[in-house]
Amino acid sequence: MAAASITVSETPLVLYVLRRADDALILGHRLSEWCGHAPMLEEDMALANMGLDLLGQARELYSYAANVEGRANDEDKFAYLRDVRQYRNLLLLEQPNGDFARTMVRQFLYSGFADLYWRAMMKSSDATLAAIAAKSEKESAYHLRHSSEWMVRLGDGTEESHRRAQAAINDLWAFTGEMFEVDRTERALIEAGVAVDPASLRPHWLSTVPGVISEATLTLPNSEWMQQGGRSGRHSEHLGHLLSELQSMQRTFPGVTW
Amino acid sequence: MHTPNTPLWEVFIRSRNGLAHKHVGSLHAADATLALQAARDIYTRRGEGLSIWVVPSAAITASDPSEKGMMFEPAESKIYRHPTFYDVPEEVGHM
Repeated sequence: MAAASITVSETPLVLYVLRRADDALILGHRLSEWCGHAPMLEEDMALANMGLDLLGQARELYSYAANVEGRANDEDKFAYLRDVRQYRNLLLLEQPNGDFARTMVRQFLYSGFADLYWRAMMKSSDATLAAIAAKSEKESAYHLRHSSEWMVRLGDGTEESHRRAQAAINDLWAFTGEMFEVDRTERALIEAGVAVDPASLRPHWLSTVPGVISEATLTLPNSEWMQQGGRSGRHSEHLGHLLSELQSMQRTFPGVTW
Repeated sequence: MHTPNTPLWEVFIRSRNGLAHKHVGSLHAADATLALQAARDIYTRRGEGLSIWVVPSAAITASDPSEKGMMFEPAESKIYRHPTFYDVPEEVGHM
């Protein structure tokens, strides 16, 4: 019999930590899908390295969420035994890898935010989150550098790489607004100094990301309409497929170890 | 493998302060910046290094293997050039 989903008591802090953990797990899983398929061996390793950085972040965050929740859940249960509607990640991060340009654009848009976010979170009044931030910031800084270099080379590379990178920006731009969203749950944590107000990061993000995009001879879409829903469990059709693969072993053979 | 857009680079890693950079291998990359990042991702995953050099393989001038008799054999008979007749104090560390 397939393992049933767990229930989670989503206090504000548990929910807040799970959202960031889900971001890291889902993007890390997407990057792991490139393993053995990247355009060149060197980039295969680079993508796997970034995926492993994110998986490490996810594990620390899930463990902390389990501690805060104080019930029988642990990092594995959070990852393997929640269904689509219980996942709280950004919609951007569950979007399929597509071609290499699309993966790099997704990474660039997110890492540009994550780097600012983790740097700011080093000052969190929550000591555990501040410690996780200090470690994650170094990783996200490298992810940003690596993806920025590729943005410029893809955008300012060949006609084909330019076309693919531009198509990815056009498609993914509408998912970037969600990174700066704040709901009532997070407002209280921001006021308590536990969380960072993502809106305060936006001016900086908007002063760096478009710079790289224009250096890459690419353009930002004019559209201001933004997708929402990931933080409250309303996902695109892609996350279910991702989770069915990610969770298949534990769902089919509950508690299996090897 | 023919990769006109991604030439070969030689990678050198310094594992600790005070040691020399050591050749660890090679990789393909489009330019020096990406070569440095690829070297980081491929050759320092297990904490092997504190510093990386990448050099275009084409920039290396190598000795000709067919000339190894002339190049290297004359040194083989000069054992007096080896510093094995001295005791090196431990405090000297790596030489």
